[in-house]
Amino acid sequence: MAEVRAGVVVFPGSNCDHDVYNVLKNIMNVNTIFLWHKSSNLENSNVIVLPGGFSFGDYLRCGAIAKFSPIMNEVIRFANKGGIVLGICNGFQVLCETGLLPGALLRNEDLKFICKTVTLKVENNKSIFTSEYRIKQEIKIPVAHGEGNYFCNDDTLTGLIGNNQILFRYVDNPNGSRDDIAGIQNLNRNVLGLMPHPERASDEILGNSEGRKLFQSVIESVIQN
Amino acid sequence: MYTAKIHVSIRKTILDPQGKAVEHSLKSLGFDSIEDTRIGKFIELKINAKSKEEAQRITEEACRKLLANPVMEDFEFRVFDEGEING
Repeated sequence: MAEVRAGVVVFPGSNCDHDVYNVLKNIMNVNTIFLWHKSSNLENSNVIVLPGGFSFGDYLRCGAIAKFSPIMNEVIRFANKGGIVLGICNGFQVLCETGLLPGALLRNEDLKFICKTVTLKVENNKSIFTSEYRIKQEIKIPVAHGEGNYFCNDDTLTGLIGNNQILFRYVDNPNGSRDDIAGIQNLNRNVLGLMPHPERASDEILGNSEGRKLFQSVIESVIQN
Repeated sequence: MYTAKIHVSIRKTILDPQGKAVEHSLKSLGFDSIEDTRIGKFIELKINAKSKEEAQRITEEACRKLLANPVMEDFEFRVFDEGEING
């Protein structure tokens, strides 16, 4: 039985790092540490989280500068060896910029920053990130982004659908994302990026804990390995 | 010293909502002849290189690695030597 050791990467401008740390450490009771972006050591973490926020002020493009932080070389190596990586919001943008996930996140179609709770549909529950959900289950999770409009070309979209890489879709698309995509995994099924914030829906005291099963799924998959 | 002037724009096939919003505003001001508006970024680099060709190569590499994302953006640039900039 393996033990979960989660590492939450902190970039200058990350602002959901403490939220996800709190959920992992105090609600899921998992060993959790922060990893400063200038470090080149994942410190034996076996789950890496790239949190939400505005890394490097979102200058140039969201996630474009974070991609070159020293820790990202290690995260890419870790992911390519099958390590579990979860990118939330800005973390999803960073994963797309690094090429660990296909596509890109554009400005929201209506140009507004959207901050509200949306309904997602779990499109695939045979993944290490969604195994605790039911297929087609609808869950309410908050979004908070200005650039969450997922874009990819036709071939990539065909691949995402054919390989069951789309894990979450918006029931009522808030931002213009192609094919209502809210979250995708990579072909090797060890990297997930999603725009909604499950860490903001994991503590009952906040009135909604429907995001908790995402973390529970990841923990179960590590423990069973 | 060379100067590179770079334009990065969202690919033509992708909707540019910012451009569309500005276009509507231009139309409402009476600019009926403006048919399309697209908004991009302008980036200027000062490059210490041995030749214009080298400066162009560096600019191209910088665009590919960081300044533009080929998934959604196109870029074009021109490199000027000091005479062209100051003259």
